[in-house]
Amino acid sequence: MTVQQMTVQQRIAARVAPHIPRGAVVNLGIGIPTLVADHLPAGTAHLQTENGLLGVGPTPGPGEIDPDLVHAGKLPVTARPGASYFASSASFGMIRGGHVEVAVLGALQIDARGRIANWALPGKPVLGVGGAMDLLVGARTVIVATTHTAKDGTPKIVADATFPLTAQRPVDLVVTEAATFAVTPGGLELVDIADDHDLAWIRTHTAAPFR
Amino acid sequence: MTLVSPTTSIAAALAAVRPGATLMVGGFGLVGAPLALIEGLLVHPGARDLTVISNNLGEPGRGLGRLLLDGRVRKAVGSYFTSNPDVVAAYEAGRLEVELLPQGTLAEAIRAGGAGIGGFYTRTGWGTALAQGREERVIGGEPHLFHEALHADVALIRARTADELGNLVYSKTARNFNPDMATAADVVIAEVDEVVPVGALDPEEIVTPHLFVDAVVCTGVAR
Repeated sequence: MTVQQMTVQQRIAARVAPHIPRGAVVNLGIGIPTLVADHLPAGTAHLQTENGLLGVGPTPGPGEIDPDLVHAGKLPVTARPGASYFASSASFGMIRGGHVEVAVLGALQIDARGRIANWALPGKPVLGVGGAMDLLVGARTVIVATTHTAKDGTPKIVADATFPLTAQRPVDLVVTEAATFAVTPGGLELVDIADDHDLAWIRTHTAAPFR
Repeated sequence: MTLVSPTTSIAAALAAVRPGATLMVGGFGLVGAPLALIEGLLVHPGARDLTVISNNLGEPGRGLGRLLLDGRVRKAVGSYFTSNPDVVAAYEAGRLEVELLPQGTLAEAIRAGGAGIGGFYTRTGWGTALAQGREERVIGGEPHLFHEALHADVALIRARTADELGNLVYSKTARNFNPDMATAADVVIAEVDEVVPVGALDPEEIVTPHLFVDAVVCTGVAR
């Protein structure tokens, strides 16, 4: 598959993959983050899923699905050799306790300080949070994998978030189909522009200041 | 702890559930949920006005989602209810009270409740909408939120195998909240696929020791 043939979600996932250190324990959130697994060389990362598995393997083929074996998105997975199962309290002990090296999360908005909103919409009843807040405070490195703009074309990277924040802790890296920003004490720093995008596009579609 | 009878009926086990009770129900969505025990609640007159502590409230018309549609649940405590539109509808209609906790805070509150800990401080949720009304404390230079432990009158859990003492072994990611909930209720009822003789399980593989378990309901074949 050439880059041109990949969906925008797959292109973002492919751009995240080089930022995952070899051998790292990684938690992939629901949506685009889950696709990152497809772009990691086999066996180079240990995938943790918060519903109680370290060592998530590829999606099973038809006829190989085990209803007791799912990831946090509740879709069927397999377990790699060397995998382990554990209870929810132990799983979140791993996460809050700093034992998960990298979390890749989706986002609805990213503010100028690199804080993200990814769990609630303004004006809607707040009835779901899952593990997002725990991953944000606990993972040693947090990478956001998101489209550069929302479905209506408005920027997701904004000066001030209008959606409820998931944590006060800033993320470390923001990866979109167009750009990669590092989050620094001074704010967002553009560190990479995708081959099929340019600085002018990024300026037009980013509503937060960046260097 | 009494010796497990592999023939305990669901109805007999669920007699411990009384109106207004607080229940813990294991599972992550439907995975690892004690579906036969939940079915049993639907025909148990005492199962009404319930507070249910569970990560989710099932799916539309499935698992705990059926209990909700049957009007048995007054309050839900968990981390992710948006995957069941019936929960959103019941909440918006004022028929259901919801207490939302981050998933790790939910798990730790259950663990603490089972371990005789009154509560704990966590960084999770600080500075967010879920911090409202919570005591804050700076520990090691970082702000934390206080959460009280959770405890239930009855826990309904699911495991793969029990031995005749009630020792439990789980199946893969169907384990999830079940071992934590097994520790945190006055009465713990386990739904299992099979019951094996004492000694058949390797002590190294037992996840929930029998002292936590009060009744075992076998939905498969007893060996």
